[in-house]
Amino acid sequence: MTEIDIPYDELVDITDKVCPLTFVKAKVAIEELDDGEILAVRMNDGEPVQNVPRSFKEDGHKIIKLYDNEDGTYTLLVRKVEG
Amino acid sequence: MAEQVNYAELKKGGFMKQKQKGYGSLRLQVVGGNLTAENIKTISEVAEKYGRGYVHMTSRQGVEIPFIHVDQLAEVKEALAKGGVKTGVCGPRVRTVTACQGSEVCPSGCIDTYTLAKELDERYFGRELPHKFKFGVTGCQNNCLKAEENDVGIKGGMEVAYKEDACIGCGVCIKACRQGALSMVDGKVVLDESKCNKCARCVKSCPTDAWEGTPGYIVSFGGTFGNFISKGEELLPIVKDKDTLFRVTDAAIEYFAENANPSERFRKTLERLGIEGLKEKVTDAYNGQ
Ligand code: HEM
Ligand code: SF4
Ligand code: SF4
Ligand code: SF4
Repeated sequence: MTEIDIPYDELVDITDKVCPLTFVKAKVAIEELDDGEILAVRMNDGEPVQNVPRSFKEDGHKIIKLYDNEDGTYTLLVRKVEG
Repeated sequence: MAEQVNYAELKKGGFMKQKQKGYGSLRLQVVGGNLTAENIKTISEVAEKYGRGYVHMTSRQGVEIPFIHVDQLAEVKEALAKGGVKTGVCGPRVRTVTACQGSEVCPSGCIDTYTLAKELDERYFGRELPHKFKFGVTGCQNNCLKAEENDVGIKGGMEVAYKEDACIGCGVCIKACRQGALSMVDGKVVLDESKCNKCARCVKSCPTDAWEGTPGYIVSFGGTFGNFISKGEELLPIVKDKDTLFRVTDAAIEYFAENANPSERFRKTLERLGIEGLKEKVTDAYNGQ
């Protein structure tokens, strides 16, 4: 398991949601952060990891890294960019 | 005395004879699935005044106004023309060019499908051929517009190139790729070209734009989805520019016009003659001849 080696401000777990509510929950979480803060998002393999990082990019946020938790989930670190 | 009704002539103008004597369903011309608000108002008024107050949406983004009486056809066409609405076609000719929303609207889009649909429509719409001939344009591998069910299908894609210097090794593209074409080796991404379907999901997802995508057209030939079902075949590498694309589509239509028996669909011609002849012709067109 890759250690998450970058500090983050908030963690949201979206493994309990299915698309499109995965991104809705992640989006609500990032809305609550301040510009420049880092959100960690834990998500499932498959559709969520294929699409959620890209949706953050489309909303103008900055993706930092995707960690494989090796338990069928991934954790994405994303820096908030105020739109 | 009543005028002799020439249904064959009427059909060219998209008037589909109904079960009910004297009535037909009038097909309208819709390009790339878009109608303006003015078009819709006009259609609505005509449907209320001359039809039964409803329209029917066809499976290929067409609109028909049922229950138009043949005696009022000329008047109806005039009323539609005032609102910028043209009638469609049926019979052995090039049909409505369909399109998804494409790159102007959809985040997944690789090509501007609507502009291309209009250009194809201007180039070919209504052209007489041995049988009906359909074009469909879809913006990416998601294939919302189902390119391969058309005689000629066009699908947007991108040839992708990795810019190692821009890559921060985040790993997002590797998971975004659904073809398993990408892997991380010593902190750098390696592309297996043989698995890549040019979907551009890597380009769209990379946070640092380390994937450079060059848009192009993936063309399929000989699709049909009616009594017989057959998937259009890709015979060429991805086409990079519109001039080449039009040379290729011209070549496909010419091949059909020259080689098909009367009333023979494109797929049937290809089954009868084998696909090699068409492949040679479109390959020459692709190579600029
Ligand atoms: C307190 C409850 C909720 C909050 C705070 C909330 C918040 C949001 C937010 C912030 C968005 C994104 C809007 C945007 O794209 O700008 C959204 C989109 C959406 N919401 Fe909700 N929502 C809630 C409940 C629900 C529920 C109960 C459903 C359905 C079961 C739902 C379905 C959706 C869908 C389908 C979208 C569109 C997602 C997309 O753009 O792909 N939401 N919601
Ligand atoms: S085919 Fe692609 S570009 Fe077209 S609407 Fe679907 S996802 Fe969007
Ligand atoms: S274009 Fe699509 S298939 Fe090719 S490497 Fe990128 S994501 Fe994978
Ligand atoms: S998404 Fe971009 S930055 Fe991240 S690993 Fe792929 S190429 Fe590198």
